[in-house]
Amino acid sequence: MTTHMYALEISQLHKTYANGLQALKGIDLTVEQGDFFALLGPNGAGKSTCIGIISSLVNKTSGSVKVFGHSIDDELIKAKSKLGSVPQEFNFNTFEPVHEIVTNQGGFYGVPAKIARQQTNHFLKELGLWKHRNLQARELSGGMKRRLMIARALIHKPRLLILDEPTAGVDIELRRSMWQFMDQINQQGTTIILTTHYLEEAEQMCHNVAIIDEGAIIKNTSMKALLKGLHSETFILYLQDEISQPLALEGFVSPLVIDSQTIEVEVPETHSLNDLIQQLDKHHIIVSRMRNKVNRLEELFITITSKQEIMHDSVG
Amino acid sequence: MTQWAKYWVAYQTIARREILRFSRIWVQTIIPPMVMVGLYFIIFGNLIGRKIGEMDGMSYVDFIMPGLVMMSIITNSYANVVSSFYGAKYSHYIEEMQIAPIPNIIILLGYVTGGITRGMSVGVAVTLTSLFFTDFSIHAPAIVIGVAFLTSFLFSLAGLINGIFAKSFDHVTIVPTFVLTPLTYLGGIFYSIKLLPEFWQQISLINPILYMVNSFRLGFRGVSDIELATAIGVILVFILILFAVCMTLLDRGTGIRH
Repeated sequence: MTTHMYALEISQLHKTYANGLQALKGIDLTVEQGDFFALLGPNGAGKSTCIGIISSLVNKTSGSVKVFGHSIDDELIKAKSKLGSVPQEFNFNTFEPVHEIVTNQGGFYGVPAKIARQQTNHFLKELGLWKHRNLQARELSGGMKRRLMIARALIHKPRLLILDEPTAGVDIELRRSMWQFMDQINQQGTTIILTTHYLEEAEQMCHNVAIIDEGAIIKNTSMKALLKGLHSETFILYLQDEISQPLALEGFVSPLVIDSQTIEVEVPETHSLNDLIQQLDKHHIIVSRMRNKVNRLEELFITITSKQEIMHDSVG
Repeated sequence: MTQWAKYWVAYQTIARREILRFSRIWVQTIIPPMVMVGLYFIIFGNLIGRKIGEMDGMSYVDFIMPGLVMMSIITNSYANVVSSFYGAKYSHYIEEMQIAPIPNIIILLGYVTGGITRGMSVGVAVTLTSLFFTDFSIHAPAIVIGVAFLTSFLFSLAGLINGIFAKSFDHVTIVPTFVLTPLTYLGGIFYSIKLLPEFWQQISLINPILYMVNSFRLGFRGVSDIELATAIGVILVFILILFAVCMTLLDRGTGIRH
């Protein structure tokens, strides 16, 4: 009998720090091979602790973690060899040249020097760092430092890549090119676990998602299923002409007038955007542009995590 | 590629990085000990040493030379590992190795190789400096090289323990200032323990640095207050103890894993 092998399998993972803080309260999580998985949660929810345990930077209190079937308790070297990690904080020697940081990481993983140099050149070119290769890392901009950490994490061709806030502090143009690169890596077969505060990023990139809050997994499902749970969406509409009085739209909550040419409308899941446009048409209102008030996942995320907070408050 | 071959690559990478680290800043790591020892030779060897006369049948400057070289080896091998390991912890790039599939013994040996290389390099540089003040003569080269290697090995391990426990840059300098320097000065660099009263001679035997300085002096000058076998035995015992302590601390993740 063969058992299904996950890229990551976490079972009953607990972590209590020396100061008594219970960061993880027995989480169970599986990530399929080839998945692009989002691990989301508010600050202090336990995401970084969880990633720290998987990457052997944090000691677990109890529970088990397997990376491609290799337990970090019994086969740590094998588990580590499958893993690449891009942490939230910069963690390289800022006085070392860029190319040396990446090549050395290859060396730590046992990649022979010649191959490590070839790989380094490849990833530095891919990530737009080639012309900066001889600079000391401290001379790079914030975005370049993030890309350097991605190049470093990929040098040994990991099967599981953990990206902890990889685009934090990166401008939108660069962020989009990084998304493209990450997508390409995923298409090539690398399983990716992403934590991010840019929920638009998670919605766009990830197939499955887990939301962690106060050390427990409160949602673990596909992105599609999660977004189905959204009962309404709020849109900002920019109108062609000014409106002089409050609007009443049949089947919709009265729109909030932001200014004479901008309104905010909540569209329940029972209604389509066409219904809204028809209603506006009745009032001879022409919509010139529109946008989501917040990202859809962001809306859900706030709902889910605030529900948790209310539950805890009522129990407490 | 076998797992052992991968470990060999990892070891070479850590060792090369450690050696590059101190050799890139040679003005800060190699030159200062040469200047310091030069001053010792001028002040204690020539100016004061002439008044002292002979010690153990040789001029005072010849007597202190092996001890001064040994002092440089001890402080530099220690300083290299403690500062490098603590620096890696402080800036979090120790994590580069922590997440990699490297057994702790490889990390330990990589750092120790850096410490030994700096200790031996400074030893050679300081020996060359001494040639301005004394004639070059080595009684037993194998003893000189062997003792220099073992001593720098031992103090690299000690530096690693300090680096593991250090939580601030103050902790990096406390041990060298308040423990290592006094022990070195009282370890027979500037005097033969035969000059001390019997009680203080016995007390001096507790100081492990006495064994290193004396066996080193035996290699250079052919005279020692301590039997060579005893001295080597003491150094090896300390190496074994500190090696075991380092491995235990690294396996536990002391100072580097929460």
